[in-house]
Amino acid sequence: MLDRDILITEVALRDGSHAIRHQYTVDQVTKVAKGLDEANVPYIEVSHGDGLGGSSLQYGISLTDEMKLIEAAVSSVKKAKIAILLLPGIGTMTELKEAAQLGVKMARIATHVTEADVSYQHIALAKKLGLETVGFLMMSHMAPTAKLVEQAKLMESYGADTVYVVDSAGALLPHQVSEKIRALKNELNVNIGFHGHNNLSLAMANTLAAIEQGATRIDGSVRCLGAGAGNTQTEVLVSVLDKLGISTGVDIYKMMDIAEELVAPILEKPQEITKDSLILGYAGVYSSFLLHAQRAAERFGVDSRDILLELGKRSVVGGQEDMIMDVAAEIAK
Amino acid sequence: MDKVKVAVLGSGNIGTDLMIKLGRSEVLELTTVIGIDPESDGLRRARELGYVTIDTGIKGFLEQPELADIVFDATSAKAHIRHAKLLREAGKQVQDMTPAAVGPFVVPPVNIQEHLEADNINLITCGGQATIPMVHAINRVQPVEYAEIVATISSKSAGPGTRANIDEFTQTTARGIERVGGAKKGKAIIILNPAEPPILMRDTIHVLVDGIEVDEEGIIASVKDMEKAVQTYVPGYRLKQEPIFDGNRITVFVEVKGAGDYLPTYSGNLDIMTAASVKVAEEWAKNKVSKIIV
Repeated sequence: MLDRDILITEVALRDGSHAIRHQYTVDQVTKVAKGLDEANVPYIEVSHGDGLGGSSLQYGISLTDEMKLIEAAVSSVKKAKIAILLLPGIGTMTELKEAAQLGVKMARIATHVTEADVSYQHIALAKKLGLETVGFLMMSHMAPTAKLVEQAKLMESYGADTVYVVDSAGALLPHQVSEKIRALKNELNVNIGFHGHNNLSLAMANTLAAIEQGATRIDGSVRCLGAGAGNTQTEVLVSVLDKLGISTGVDIYKMMDIAEELVAPILEKPQEITKDSLILGYAGVYSSFLLHAQRAAERFGVDSRDILLELGKRSVVGGQEDMIMDVAAEIAK
Repeated sequence: MDKVKVAVLGSGNIGTDLMIKLGRSEVLELTTVIGIDPESDGLRRARELGYVTIDTGIKGFLEQPELADIVFDATSAKAHIRHAKLLREAGKQVQDMTPAAVGPFVVPPVNIQEHLEADNINLITCGGQATIPMVHAINRVQPVEYAEIVATISSKSAGPGTRANIDEFTQTTARGIERVGGAKKGKAIIILNPAEPPILMRDTIHVLVDGIEVDEEGIIASVKDMEKAVQTYVPGYRLKQEPIFDGNRITVFVEVKGAGDYLPTYSGNLDIMTAASVKVAEEWAKNKVSKIIV
């Protein structure tokens, strides 16, 4: 068994689903999962971008049934564990059971940072099914640290093995990440994780700050294939950690090859910090709103940045994609 | 005309809001409020308003069944299963405001006429009451292949029961969209938003209709008629925008502001449930009275 200081979860096959409008094919997932397994990535998350059951008119209909994608991922790995994401209110326990039957080994149960109590049944079921279980506190920038700690403790009490600070909007600054991770590390007994987005070009800095404060579970997306400007870029992250003498067990060369040969062709265009993804981080808006806001802007002839800024002002939370059309129509009036 | 006597079972938020709404009804006479805690705010208010109060639960009511012909059960799903049986044996018409779903699903402007004689009906969920009228409004113009609703409510208006059983909301609402709304397939999503001040309940209805040509005019007219029909019992129910058409996809945006009777106005999700139940009881009462006259 390899000794790892940090356990990486590769999220491109889930978070990246947003960036490609949920159009993953079985072939793409098979190849990427196989490559990641060979590169010794310990966890690979596969689901609709909005988690199990996310395929919808609200968020985008999946090209391929996510259970087929999960099945493909499970059958193409030898060592890596396949993880799923589930947002109570969108996905249900029925889908969680189905995923567990397909051979998923880790369940990540996500709620808005102040709403952890809706995850009780799902965390308890995941544990009962024998899955490693993660509580995923999204939009962590929207609550003060004391609130975050209180909610993380709820997830811990439900049985979560790990609790994540999730910077869904890519809005956190390094000193804020440090403060939040430090507080969780002090107050909780379970593993602490961090999931970043690169909308303010801070995903790497935030990840390093999280690790410095004791986070041991870290998310990355290869080639930045995630919502908004993507996540902490996995192949870069494992290289940086290697230089810092922090072991992830991931093969750097192989990760680079996956990024270049398998993932770059999946992207419709290279991931960069565009004006819209920058505004997501600046205004604190859920990263998956990006493409929806661009489509609404085009339809109503308004500036997508105005839509996103307004959504930020209204404290819209993850999952409220319907507000985008509504706000765009209002601005156009 | 003679009013029909009713009782509220459950003295929590929903029961107390119902009590205030029933006080205004021209066809229903609230006689009794039933709880299990004499110190509860609901029973205290009921005493102050001069209603008969029973603090021994269903048992106490069954000792004086002549107090009401219609009973609103605002307790819990578990309790309702027992209550439903006892009240049926006592010959009462019962509204199930819990997720127990013992009886058929009812959304007043859609299918109340089919359930005037039912001994027990269920009101689905708040999201169902807010969105199924619109699914039906579209379906009566053009068949709905798929309907998906997104209910966003303020965190403050989601009680511990809803939070601990959130799958029950999505699954029950989806079934209601199919059975009552008429969609071939239904899906429901619920989102809690903690913003302060609390947001009003909003519901988005995404629909895919059958057919290449979409009857935009017919659908808009039907949706607006339905808005008016719901407003007769939920005055704070309104379309937020004109429906949006994109090929065979239609999106309708609704907002529900509560009447602010006992619950705050941001609790439109709870208000639409209590308002719908009063509406159903009024239709039952009119039906009972008309039969007596005939």
